[in-house]
Amino acid sequence: MENGANSGSSDPSSFLTEIIGAPVKVKLNSSVEYRGYLISVDGYMNISLEKTEEYVDGKLRRSYGEAFVRGNNVLYISAS
Amino acid sequence: MADAGDGDTAAVSEPLDLVRLSLDEIVFVRLRGDRELKGRLHAYDSHCNLVLGEVEETIYVVEDDDEEEETVKTIKKQSEMLFVRGDSVVLISPQAAS
Repeated sequence: MENGANSGSSDPSSFLTEIIGAPVKVKLNSSVEYRGYLISVDGYMNISLEKTEEYVDGKLRRSYGEAFVRGNNVLYISAS
Repeated sequence: MADAGDGDTAAVSEPLDLVRLSLDEIVFVRLRGDRELKGRLHAYDSHCNLVLGEVEETIYVVEDDDEEEETVKTIKKQSEMLFVRGDSVVLISPQAAS
C-alpha cells in the first residue's frame, strides 16, 4: 500500500478523489473543454462540476451553475 | 486515505446525484452531434438514458452557401415526450431558471 509516493497518491483514482473541491479543467474527446470546481467523480469517470464554463476553440461558449459530464466523453482531467 | 467511501464528513456524493436532484425539473442536455435538448426530466438511469417531457431540441448545422461561406443554422424541434439513449449524452445541467 505505502510505496513512498511523494504526494501520497499512488493510483489514478486516488488522484481524482484528492482534487475534489479544486478548480479543474476537463477536456473531452470532442476537444470541448470544461472548467469548474470538481464536486465528485465515479468509477466511470462521470464528473460533476460547479461553476462550469464551456470553452470551444478556447472561447467561452456557455456557462452552467452545475453540470454532470458523462465519463465516456472524457479525455483528461487536470487540476488547474 | 482509504479509497472506499467511509465518509465521516458529508458523504461524498456521486456525480449522478446531480441528475437525481434534477428529477421533475427543467434540464439542459448536450448530446453528441451538435444537438441540445431542454426539457423536464421525468426519469434517468445509470446509463444516462433519459425520459424528458416538454422538450425543445436545438440542432446546429454548418452550411456552405453559394459564396463558400460557412453559416451555422439552428433547427428547433418540439416534442411532447422523448426517450434519449444514454450513449449520446455528453452533459446534463439543471436549469435553475423556471
